[in-house]
Amino acid sequence: MPVLDKQGAQIWRRRTQGETLFRWFGWLIGAAVFVVCWQRISESTTWFFVWDAPRIANDIWTRATPPRWEYITQLGRPIWDTLNIATLGTLIALCLAVPVAFLAARNTTPSAWLVRPIALLIIVSTRSINSLIWALLLIAIIGPGVFAGVIAIAIRSIGFCAKLLYEAIEEIDQTQVEAITATGASRWQVMAYGIVPQILPAFAGVAVFRWDINIRESTVLGLVGAGGIGLQLSSSLNVLAWPQVSLILLVILVAVVISEWVSAKVRGAII
Amino acid sequence: MSHRELDDMLGTRWRKPHFVPNPVLRWAFIAGFVAYLIAAFATIEVDWGRVYEGLDRGWQFILAFTKPDFVSRAGDIWEGLLESIVMTVAASVVGILISIPIGLGAARNIAPLPVYVICRGIVAVSRALQEIIVAILLVAIFGFGPLAGFLTLSFATIGFLSKLLAEDIEAMDRVQAEAIKASGAKWMQWINYGVQPQVMPRLIGLSMYRIDINFRESAILGLVGAGGIGATLNTAFDRYEYDTAAAILILIIGIVMALEYLSGLIRARVQ
Repeated sequence: MPVLDKQGAQIWRRRTQGETLFRWFGWLIGAAVFVVCWQRISESTTWFFVWDAPRIANDIWTRATPPRWEYITQLGRPIWDTLNIATLGTLIALCLAVPVAFLAARNTTPSAWLVRPIALLIIVSTRSINSLIWALLLIAIIGPGVFAGVIAIAIRSIGFCAKLLYEAIEEIDQTQVEAITATGASRWQVMAYGIVPQILPAFAGVAVFRWDINIRESTVLGLVGAGGIGLQLSSSLNVLAWPQVSLILLVILVAVVISEWVSAKVRGAII
Repeated sequence: MSHRELDDMLGTRWRKPHFVPNPVLRWAFIAGFVAYLIAAFATIEVDWGRVYEGLDRGWQFILAFTKPDFVSRAGDIWEGLLESIVMTVAASVVGILISIPIGLGAARNIAPLPVYVICRGIVAVSRALQEIIVAILLVAIFGFGPLAGFLTLSFATIGFLSKLLAEDIEAMDRVQAEAIKASGAKWMQWINYGVQPQVMPRLIGLSMYRIDINFRESAILGLVGAGGIGATLNTAFDRYEYDTAAAILILIIGIVMALEYLSGLIRARVQ
């Protein structure tokens, strides 16, 4: 602990002088980077619009309130589609994520040098690309519609589910597996009776958690044409029908809150 | 398990216990699930002819990953990527700076009730609205460009980081904080020496994680005109330039992997 000796009085310091200097230098570089970034943003911004923003925001607000309540009769089908995209997408993703997770977990992978890196690559690449981009890609390939949304959500969720699952598999209690192995069980029996019961709660938790996230994501997939309530949002935005936009946003907000509530309840019941 | 039950079960075959023990509930759950699946599949319209035609294009896209084209649109890719990074850095800095006071305010054990309610309200609003919807509204208000993206990401960072920071502060060790208070520290000193050292490792870890998320999100904000690589990617898909799109996706995956690796290193160091 550095103590400064100043005219006979000892003063306690948190860090040594070198450390302090190093830290200041780090902060200086950080601040410089931030200023450069801010300047770039500022250069490509039309500041006139920004100064005008309060008026525009007020204008949009007066146009958007009150929401056009009777429009809700046309939203039933899109909400059903959104629910389907999220649920079916999650189901497909879980079916694909389970084998990937078993191949990626250090203690169950058949070969740590060949198969595990491939499984990890699948996890990373599906996880790092947003579902909107997957949707964009799938629409170019299989055409717009709910089906593209389902597949986009499914692909995007594989990485997330597989990552959480393989971490759960790596954390299992090895003694239980050994006990099953000691009874003379085959590889698959060890899997079914030694490993699966241990990760089942984690699996259910991941499934519900991801379903909740997928409800959120599927509400906006329609913006690029992949079905669901986002389609209505995008067409209302295109014709500047702000009362409809505000109603759709309200519906999305309610859906998100409900799905979060359901997911919290179910996870509370399981874990 | 009582002895009587054990006596009855002697000599009978062992069966795996069911995941949901109540049989009525279990069968109701299964039946409901099957009914939902049938209803969902019945309402999804899949144009299999279109899908079949698309398979060819899908294959071309996969082939494009083997020969990505970084060169012919190098200027656009570089511009978009730089804008994404700039937005990520600026938004992360501003978001983290704002979320620290809000996180302090949203922790019940150090904030008075009115402050707590206000801060929790801010967190709830920020978490309920998705990035892309916020981006649409902000683009409508502030005009096209990275400023809208920057504000969106900052806003989303606040909700994420404040909530997790507040939860960490609520779970901290009270004894250390009280010891500092007992030495006659002022409020700022109390926070600085009693609370901050306890939550700092987690705060750094979460910030790194959020930078990672911000970059991934910045890749899609361009779809609604809020700046970044998304606009370039969208154009590449629209023109069926799969080799350019593949190049962009590879770059995004590469940067996300690098960020994840870096944040792993930093988190391992601070914890």
